[in-house]
Amino acid sequence: MVATEADALRGLIDEAMAERDRGELNKKNKITIVAWDGHLDRVWPTLILATTAAASGMEVSVFFTFWGLFALVKPEKRGTGKDWMTKALSAMNPAAMKRAKLSRYNFGGMGPWMLGKVAKRYKTPHPTELLELAQEMGVRLLPCQMTMDLMGVSKDDLIDGLGEPIGAATALLEMKESAIQLFI
Amino acid sequence: MDVITRTVDARGQSCPGPLVTLARALVSAERGDLLELLATDPGSKSDVPSWSKLTGNELLDAGEDAGTFRYVVRKA
Repeated sequence: MVATEADALRGLIDEAMAERDRGELNKKNKITIVAWDGHLDRVWPTLILATTAAASGMEVSVFFTFWGLFALVKPEKRGTGKDWMTKALSAMNPAAMKRAKLSRYNFGGMGPWMLGKVAKRYKTPHPTELLELAQEMGVRLLPCQMTMDLMGVSKDDLIDGLGEPIGAATALLEMKESAIQLFI
Repeated sequence: MDVITRTVDARGQSCPGPLVTLARALVSAERGDLLELLATDPGSKSDVPSWSKLTGNELLDAGEDAGTFRYVVRKA
């Protein structure tokens, strides 16, 4: 009796281990990052990780949703929006990476300005350059379709060379097949 | 004695500069080529070995001389 119970337990463990191994096999040498926050001090590390992963031979997808989407707005666009509400939202939220604020110590733009100066001194590429670098290195930059609709952002508002806008299910699929998933 | 195929100068660059420069140089290299990376970023001390593990390109040598870090990598 005891032996059969132990066998049954062993069977269950083997099954669970096999399932785990199958799961590992489904994961590619890939990283998917959800870029939710548009602040300079969030998008910066996001893009450093994305470009470094690409340089390390990984497949990289970055899904830009909610405030993160505004990092992909063309620098020459001062604002986005289709009606007064989405225009007002855009006025409160800086579009394009070069106008991004810091999440803390912004001091009316003094913070980002100083950080930019220091970065230049240490030859740390600014997110604007990292965005270009990421594109050159084949990082897939994926805008969130739902955010585009909600915030009234058109494809014309966004920089060139992006992937097709995607939804939550596609973002989940990207994450499911990745060995690393991050939400920043 | 193995011969360095190419020297990649990433001195003065900061994260993620050196690795990106090295990865780019590697694209045009042949399998088995030895690439020498020169960097001044202290972060490269941990990053180059990690990158080697991630990519499978073998790190043959790592050293420092007068503030310059030197790495030799064999393309896998």
